Amino acid sequence: MTGVSPETIRSEVRKLRGEVPDSVVEELERTLLRVGKERAITAEALQRVIEAVKEAHLSSLVEPGEAVGTVAAQSIGEPGTQMTLRTFHYAGVAELNVTLGLPRLIEILDTRRTPSAALMTVYLEPPYSKDKDKARAIAQEIEMTTVEDLISEMETDLMNMQLLLSLSRSRLRQKELTPSKVKEVLSRELGPKVEINVEETKLRIKAAESLSELRRLAARVRKIKLKGVKDVTKVVVKKEGEEWVIYTEGSNFAEILKMKGVDKKRTTTNNIREIEEILGIEAARNALIREMSSTLREQGLEVDIRHIMLVADMMTVKGEVRQIGRHGVSGEKSSVLARAAFEITLKHLLEASLRGEEDRLRGVTESIITGNPIPLGTGSVRLVMQGGRSERE
Amino acid sequence: MRPQRVIESIRFSLLSPDEIRKMSVTSVVTADTYDEDGFPIERGLMDRRLGVVEPGLTCRTCGGGPKDCPGHFGHIELARPVIHVNYVETIFELLQSTCRKCGRILLKEEERERLLQEMEGKEEWWKVSEKAVQTAKGRQECPHCGEEQEEVKFEKPFTFMEGKGRLTPSDIRTRLERIRTEDLRLLGLDPSVRPEWMVLQVLLVPPVTVRPSITLETGVRSEDDLTHKLVDIIRINQRLAENMEAGAPHLIVEDLWELLQYHVATYFSNEISGVPPARHRSGRVLRTLGQRLKGKEGRFRGNLSGKRVDFSARAVISPDPCLKFDEVGVPEYVARVLTVRSRVTSFNLEEMRELVRRGTEQYPGAQWVISPDGKRYDLRYADREELAQKLEPGYVVERNLRDGDIVLFNRQPSLHRMSIMAHRVRVMPGHTFRLNLCVCPLYNADFDGDEMNLHVPQSEEAQVEAMILMAVQNQIISPRFGGPIIGGIQDHITGAYLLTRKETLLDREKACQLLMQAGVEPVLPEPAVVREGVEYWTGKQLFSVLLPKDLNLTYRAKICEGCSRCKEEECEKEAYVVIENGELKRGVIDAHAYKALDKCELWDRMVKEYGVERASEFLNHVTRLSIAAAEMLGFTTSIDDEDIPRIAKERIEEKIEDAKKKVRELIEAYNREELEPLPGRSLRETLEMRIMEALAEVRDRAGQVAEKHLTLSNPAVIMARTGARGSMLNLTQMAACVGQQSVRGERLNRGYVGRVLIHFKSEDLGAEARGFVSSSYKDGLKPLEFFFHAAGGREGLVDTAVRTAQSGYMQRRLINALQDLHVEYDGTVRDDRGVIVQFLYGEDGADPMRTDNGKAVRVDRLVEKIIGGGAK
Repeated sequence: MTGVSPETIRSEVRKLRGEVPDSVVEELERTLLRVGKERAITAEALQRVIEAVKEAHLSSLVEPGEAVGTVAAQSIGEPGTQMTLRTFHYAGVAELNVTLGLPRLIEILDTRRTPSAALMTVYLEPPYSKDKDKARAIAQEIEMTTVEDLISEMETDLMNMQLLLSLSRSRLRQKELTPSKVKEVLSRELGPKVEINVEETKLRIKAAESLSELRRLAARVRKIKLKGVKDVTKVVVKKEGEEWVIYTEGSNFAEILKMKGVDKKRTTTNNIREIEEILGIEAARNALIREMSSTLREQGLEVDIRHIMLVADMMTVKGEVRQIGRHGVSGEKSSVLARAAFEITLKHLLEASLRGEEDRLRGVTESIITGNPIPLGTGSVRLVMQGGRSERE
Repeated sequence: MRPQRVIESIRFSLLSPDEIRKMSVTSVVTADTYDEDGFPIERGLMDRRLGVVEPGLTCRTCGGGPKDCPGHFGHIELARPVIHVNYVETIFELLQSTCRKCGRILLKEEERERLLQEMEGKEEWWKVSEKAVQTAKGRQECPHCGEEQEEVKFEKPFTFMEGKGRLTPSDIRTRLERIRTEDLRLLGLDPSVRPEWMVLQVLLVPPVTVRPSITLETGVRSEDDLTHKLVDIIRINQRLAENMEAGAPHLIVEDLWELLQYHVATYFSNEISGVPPARHRSGRVLRTLGQRLKGKEGRFRGNLSGKRVDFSARAVISPDPCLKFDEVGVPEYVARVLTVRSRVTSFNLEEMRELVRRGTEQYPGAQWVISPDGKRYDLRYADREELAQKLEPGYVVERNLRDGDIVLFNRQPSLHRMSIMAHRVRVMPGHTFRLNLCVCPLYNADFDGDEMNLHVPQSEEAQVEAMILMAVQNQIISPRFGGPIIGGIQDHITGAYLLTRKETLLDREKACQLLMQAGVEPVLPEPAVVREGVEYWTGKQLFSVLLPKDLNLTYRAKICEGCSRCKEEECEKEAYVVIENGELKRGVIDAHAYKALDKCELWDRMVKEYGVERASEFLNHVTRLSIAAAEMLGFTTSIDDEDIPRIAKERIEEKIEDAKKKVRELIEAYNREELEPLPGRSLRETLEMRIMEALAEVRDRAGQVAEKHLTLSNPAVIMARTGARGSMLNLTQMAACVGQQSVRGERLNRGYVGRVLIHFKSEDLGAEARGFVSSSYKDGLKPLEFFFHAAGGREGLVDTAVRTAQSGYMQRRLINALQDLHVEYDGTVRDDRGVIVQFLYGEDGADPMRTDNGKAVRVDRLVEKIIGGGAK
């Protein structure tokens, strides 16, 4: 028996499109073409494979009414008990702090403005990504240096009401800064009223009138950013496969994307709010999925991606990232009873009465409260029947 | 029976004084509850028109007894109006954003129009109202009548000031009355609600059924907290009325008014900040309306979302490997109490008659008979013989639970749907529920005193639904990851290993014995070996009896050591498993074959390709075979399994000494500041990391030494290596060295200044001073080591406790956020409102439970089966 040609395989398999997910069609085509090279595939065998794929697809479909939400919540919640509580761990890049396990998962679902350990992975464009020194240079540029990082000593001279900063030579060299450059930045930041004198590596800042003002000034000066990107406190350059990648502690996605040499397509942060603001809601959804699955995977827990996608979709349907909890998804439910049964019972009831809200009792909690069947699964099926005799009559 | 009614929706609103009076059956004026004879006083708080709770009495409004009468509301006419505390903040906003003279909202006409427009058709229109109120607030002059506005101040808890003068609730009420209905939406109120209703003139008195009094054994009556509070209100209200009538000084009236306000406020909520909570005479804080609804044990979470049920039982659990994994052993004394409603038909008439005759006295009997006209007969008292004769199709018998009934079995915390499953009943002697060990991982159950619950579904519909959707067999595949979650555990694995390793040879008697115990017909294949005329069978042959005849599979067993060059079929450790046409040719059966929550290659294939029925049968047989094998071949473990030879001990000690020396060197290097810091770390941190590294390494080294002497001839090692229980780390800790103890991921370092215990010098950074345990568990820990170990162990305990609380709350939030999502007939995922969350569930519409570890269609397998397999 002779086999069918690759063209026939292609055209036959592609007929499945629309009926079976594209990913499956592509995989089937790839597999058949590969196998076809080794042994002949008869027309009949091809048809049988196609039929089998169709059948496998059909039998894998979810049933209408399935409570996919609850299953997803359980699938993510149940392994929570098995996760570690250790907040900080040294994983992947040994030098950086990463929040992992249960605290990280909770943080993602809370969509906190600032994650406890913000982290960016900065990919670089070709000339920079291939060369360690060029990558280093960019990393230097990114890392935030404050006055605090440079001073070896800081005195408050109460006699003359001035601040005395001694800069460390070695650190200056390391950060590629000079005392005069520091002065430049300081006078820009502090305004023209402040008088700054440079004597070798010593800086005299004179401005304050009173003692408390001097102290405030000292605190302010310490925090002044001399160079780098705001909030990026630490950078590590690491070789990953063929290219050099920069990892940063602290995240400022908007600023990083503006920089030259940064690969804007792949560079990413673990701060979902930032992604939402800068790249939009679709990107935020993907970031949620990625962060959740990597957190779970790192803990060695296997959770189907579909559950994670559902959670991410629920958090982002409204066009903005909403928290899983009373300030987000749960707090915006349509049912008064469901909201009252979750948290802050009284407030929801009182508000509902002023607004004259009506609870249509379509959800799960409300149905349980009122003693109705739950509108999911077998309870979602309704029959139209002639009324009349009830069961016990 | 009354026609059944379904609540379709619930509307929330405020009650107007008129409505309160209309729904009230009586006004309550007397503060006393009962007279000397113990009869409820008319127009008192226990008035018989408000409903009855004690049996034997009838309600004077509806004539029903305590079972039929739902209770009726009464009311109290307040002498002076008071503010409803829960609405003070709303009242404050209303006063700030409306004109003091004309009552219009302080918005210009165009602003009003614009905002109303914006509101139009919005589901959450009140979000616009918030904006409107914000703009209107604090406007100096009324755009409508030009009246100059004075600033209204709110003094907690319920005093309002305007300029210098105080606004009494009466003033406020008249102000609120002036607000026009067309402005209400802009103020965040529904037009059906009048703002002045937030200032109460009439107080609704809940029915007696809501606040039942309890009679103690001594005959003393104890009233509900709400009744106490209402008594206070009535008393003050009366005094206020009397004083007003008598023309008492202004000051006294004001005081009483304030007191009335306090009582009414605490009646609604007893947790208002700035208000001392109302107390019972004994000093206990009263639990008033607000507190009744709130929190975990409140009305909503405690009674409405979670209800108590009949037809349930709870008992301690214990294991029974002889049960099928979908069965549950129910003690007879439980089965005697629990009942199932059984309809009498022409097919089971005689059987039912017999059950009725046996009644409650003999075990398989019945408790109640319900005649077609709905009358219930209690078989404890009825003439059972007569009833049995009267029985005919149409009757319902509530018979005792018996073998084969479907029940739901549950263990808390119910973290996933496998925490409640449908089992079949096996009535047995004893006092505990019995369950097969294969389902333990799903319930997360062990037998150290765990208790579980059992529920009996009553209607046929419920039973069928439970059987189809919740049966244990249908939960073998976890919806979490699309792989088996039920499987063999512990001895199931060891037994199978002992049976299938190559040295196991069994004569005819033993082989038949094993198969019989497994529950299979002992049809033996050709003997593998015949020695001196005696026939012998290998364990692999016996195991193969259970396999389907067309199964082909190769994989690496758990015991595989990952040699650099795999000898595959020649593996002398039997780690390469080959199953050909349902025959186990090579390799041993261990955790990778069928352990729950492990790789379980064989078991996974069985479930997915041969279906649930065949797979369940296999699991039932294989677990019993394994246990029988373990019993027959003998398996035990004891402390001397961790014995290692003296030479090994010495080697380990050497290694530990080396490591300690290395630590000392590191510390010296640190002191001389010669240590090279790791990037981004301080010198001290670097030192700690290097020391930790060195000490972790020595534990592993010591373990490796010990492992050389811990071979597969050792039962403890068999358990660890086959994946049945325990790990090699556990064993080496027992045999060789426990290793470094840690708290918060660091070596122990807290305690005294610079040292953990006084036995060390301050700033001693050495291995022993910071919690390195060089002894093994078997040898025993030194006192100081014991202390360090306890510190590390304590952290573990605290961690678990915190984690359960945190993950519990996370799961509650997740469930609450997602519970309404479901798949519609068109394949979309929607919430209760019909909002589409996903257009196609999971982007491919596949149910994770029906996928192969997440893959909906196993293209490779299908192709192999049809083309590759056919070509072979």
